[in-house]
Amino acid sequence: MLEAGTAVRVRDDWPETRGPCHIRTPHYLRGHTGTVIRHLGNFRNPEDLAFARPAATLPLYHVAFAPNSIWPDAGAAELVVELFEPWLEPL
Amino acid sequence: MTALLEADSDHLLAAIRLLLAEKQIATDDEITLARERTDKASPAQGARMVARAWLDPAFRALMLEDGAKAADSLGIPMLGLPPLGVLENTETTHNLVVCTLCSCYPRGVLGYPPFWFKSVGYRARAIRDPAGVLAEWNTVLPAGTAIRVVDSTADYRWMVLPRRPAGTDGWDEARLASLVSAEDMIGVTVPALP
Repeated sequence: MLEAGTAVRVRDDWPETRGPCHIRTPHYLRGHTGTVIRHLGNFRNPEDLAFARPAATLPLYHVAFAPNSIWPDAGAAELVVELFEPWLEPL
Repeated sequence: MTALLEADSDHLLAAIRLLLAEKQIATDDEITLARERTDKASPAQGARMVARAWLDPAFRALMLEDGAKAADSLGIPMLGLPPLGVLENTETTHNLVVCTLCSCYPRGVLGYPPFWFKSVGYRARAIRDPAGVLAEWNTVLPAGTAIRVVDSTADYRWMVLPRRPAGTDGWDEARLASLVSAEDMIGVTVPALP
């Protein structure tokens, strides 16, 4: 389990280039660094549920990002996104 | 398959309901109940929660801790719906909700999402240029207010708890609720006196 305050990098992975898939990790975050705000709970993996496959239960986190680290002209002070643990690499 | 595609929709619906019942997935009564709940859900439910939170600090605390529990306590049915997170606007932070992947929306408390919420334009711009989006809604935030964008990507649904407008001292819950729109609870606007 990742603690609040943990710095994480979103995996720079692109499963959509390898075949049909269902991903809840927005493309604009892949490879970017953020900070875990809190554990939201555990939920079944949507990447498997979408294909009616057996789905593991995974920790889901609220992770905060600095928008200007993603877009030079970003207008928000903070961007907060729900991400599943397998997409997060602790730094 | 061709026969299925050519069937008229009433027959198709009847066939699907029969299959759902036969496979013990959902009975006719359960489907009727779910339809009634879906039709009853509207922004008026969320507005009722906001007004109550403005008047009752204990309810506000519950709402921020567990939105679904707070909704349930007002008789808003949340059974079977995703968890509800509530984002509180403060003097220093304004929240804006978007679902960049599709159209995740807290339907139990806000009803059906407005058409623009699902548009590619809103989804792309809300995350990158939220100030520009707010300006188009004629939303003016106090100088120095930071914008927090919340991208609703997975199993939670999010609503904004707006700030109570000035000039509403002594107003009762129904009158306060009448000020609050779906747009205020998404965060593109803020409640204002008429």
